[in-house]
Amino acid sequence: MSRRAFTALLAAALALALAFLVLPVVAIFVNVSPGELISSLGDPVARDALLLSLRCTLIALALIVVIGTPAAYLLATRSFRGRAALITALELPLVLPPAVAGIGLLAAFGPRGVLGDTLNSAGITLPLSTTAVILALCFVASPFYLRQGIAAFAALDPSLAEASRTLGASEARTFMRVALPVATSSLGAGAVVAFGRALGEFGATLMFAGSLRGVSQTLPLAIYASFADDFPAALAMSALLVIVSGALLGAVKLASLRDGSTPSDAPDPRTQAPLPARA
Amino acid sequence: MKPTATVALIALAVALGACGGGGGDNSRTRLDVAAAASLTKAVTAYARQFGDANHATVRVRFGGSDELAAQVRQGVPTDVFLSADQTQPRMLHAAGAVHTPVSFASNRLVVAAAKGGGVNSLSDLANSGVKLALGGPSVPIGKYGRFAIAHLPGVNATAVLKNVRSEEPDVKSVVAKVTTGAANAGIVYVTDANAAKAQLTTIAIPQSAQPRILYDAAVGSKSKQADLARRFIDGLRTGAGRTDLQNAGFLGTEQ
Repeated sequence: MSRRAFTALLAAALALALAFLVLPVVAIFVNVSPGELISSLGDPVARDALLLSLRCTLIALALIVVIGTPAAYLLATRSFRGRAALITALELPLVLPPAVAGIGLLAAFGPRGVLGDTLNSAGITLPLSTTAVILALCFVASPFYLRQGIAAFAALDPSLAEASRTLGASEARTFMRVALPVATSSLGAGAVVAFGRALGEFGATLMFAGSLRGVSQTLPLAIYASFADDFPAALAMSALLVIVSGALLGAVKLASLRDGSTPSDAPDPRTQAPLPARA
Repeated sequence: MKPTATVALIALAVALGACGGGGGDNSRTRLDVAAAASLTKAVTAYARQFGDANHATVRVRFGGSDELAAQVRQGVPTDVFLSADQTQPRMLHAAGAVHTPVSFASNRLVVAAAKGGGVNSLSDLANSGVKLALGGPSVPIGKYGRFAIAHLPGVNATAVLKNVRSEEPDVKSVVAKVTTGAANAGIVYVTDANAAKAQLTTIAIPQSAQPRILYDAAVGSKSKQADLARRFIDGLRTGAGRTDLQNAGFLGTEQ
């Protein structure tokens, strides 16, 4: 095959992929005028759903970052037996369907679940609450952050940490003062991916947290609830979600361009080489 | 992964996809049925039998009636639409998406309560701390449930509605919230409570609070199998389908 024909073939594949991926998103905006988009913000159901989505997603992200960062650091900097199996277990939610996540959360934290009696006697009921939404979001989104975090810390130049220790810094200090600052942009990219996944979560939330305005009805659930009897409202809320998610993705791309490091654009050897999945 | 392995995997996926897409026997006519979630048991049994008798492949998708109606409105191919109410088929008919609807079954409501969940009578529904699951306001089971709550004799409807902790997209989802214990109780069709009776208890709702629940069927106006679709619906009203409906707890349309 000539080079030109091959290039044409590649271009055809790209065109097909682009058309397929972009058309549904464009179609949403074709059907929603900017006026409708703005007036959808005035719809109390949509506004409650958006605010709840943002609140739950931010809380979930804070939990993921606070717990996930040190956990990822441990996994990236120590080698021990069963490390690969442990990482695989942490990454498992990445490939689980949301329905399985929902059933799993109920089986673990529901009143009839593994921890049901313990939680009951402590007076805690999780299902059908805002807390349940946050747990569902953490479950589906944290592997994205952990994965990126392990990659980020594993890619640190070991001589940096060594120099820090030689200069008398404790490991904790090295973590705080050297590892964290160097890995920040890469961790940030992981946090944004986790945020995006959490913002779009649907199935596990519906099964574990239910759907109630102001309590557990996040934006994707509100879209689903109005899909049948108010398609225009569902479209407007979808457009809103596309804009928020698109802005997030754009912000990461901009930030990584500004840093000079491009973790999500190019296979930068510094961040990409030691893929945790293959460790 | 080695390139050859990747190619082999893709080839396998394509081959499997081709089999799945073909649906096996091409000589069989295909009937696409969209049925309310509450019909799952009865219509699954009837569809198998109807398909065998008419040399057709009957594909049934179940869901909330409103959601299915939205799909029909958006042009998803549908030969038969079986709704848990009369409103959706009538609206679709007015929009020209289906032919004139006919009623084929009726249903009753019951309170499904979690075993040991503290709800033992209708008045318990108003107790503070009770967690209720209802259908969402746009789903038939949600509308019916709210009607029943408003008409329960001697029960404070406002207090009951305050206990609603989740508005589910369809009746199966309401039942699931009760069987898993996530909710203490929910209002569902008798038929769905029957299907899950090992995992919950039921509390009868008096006649005075029962809404009239008629199930309507309609043939899609773009159906290429309109005759077969009509026969499918006839079977639900008077033929083998009626028996399947009765076995699942549905009542006739005469009541």
